[in-house]
Amino acid sequence: MRHELITDAVLVKNYMNGDESALSTLIHRHKQRIYSFIYSKVFDRDITEDIFQDAFIKVIKNLKLGKYNEEGKFLPWVMRISHNLVIDHFRRNNRMPKFDNAGDFNIFSVLGDSSLNAEKQLIKEQVECDLRRLIQELPEDQKEVLIMRMYKDMSFKEISERTNVSINTALGRMRYALINLRKVIDQNNIILTN
Amino acid sequence: MAKLYSECTKKQNERNPKEETVDFLLNYSKALSVISYKNLKFEALQN
Repeated sequence: MRHELITDAVLVKNYMNGDESALSTLIHRHKQRIYSFIYSKVFDRDITEDIFQDAFIKVIKNLKLGKYNEEGKFLPWVMRISHNLVIDHFRRNNRMPKFDNAGDFNIFSVLGDSSLNAEKQLIKEQVECDLRRLIQELPEDQKEVLIMRMYKDMSFKEISERTNVSINTALGRMRYALINLRKVIDQNNIILTN
Repeated sequence: MAKLYSECTKKQNERNPKEETVDFLLNYSKALSVISYKNLKFEALQN
């Protein structure tokens, strides 16, 4: 009961000054919320346990190295660390999907390799190269808008500011760029499919 | 018959990390020390 009177900020400060029991209070105070938060994302007791442990290892290291800047936000900080570790966990699992192939069901009947094979990769590169050459044939103003939109991922607002025209003009130039590209592709019977 | 509420329910236990995990963290914290040398900081685990 006495522990509840001490704020997180004070406990963190005490811990950074060498009081190990402060960490125990902090963990016991927040363990349920942090554990529940992780479990609500991963739905697996063992993984939750691992992530909880890793999160606090990071907390301990950062505190001992004096990297934590106390602003009265200890819990949100630990939650953010946990959240990042949950994301890391899902990223890792996406790269190496786990599956249990104990029964008759063959996982490879539903699991395919979505990456392109060597031939399709070559075709893709060829198509992209041809398209770049075709874009060079467009009138300068249309080419400029299309490159900014498709290759530089700029918004039409940014494009209009950069080219000193209205958004509608930029949109119009993009439209005509696409129309002209299609026209050239049709006229020359160019096939741009993979 | 009065119901006893003094014991933790199973559900409550499920939302907490294992006692071993908490113990591990506390022991890890005690074992970890940071050695400062000039502007550098080194971690050292002492068991």
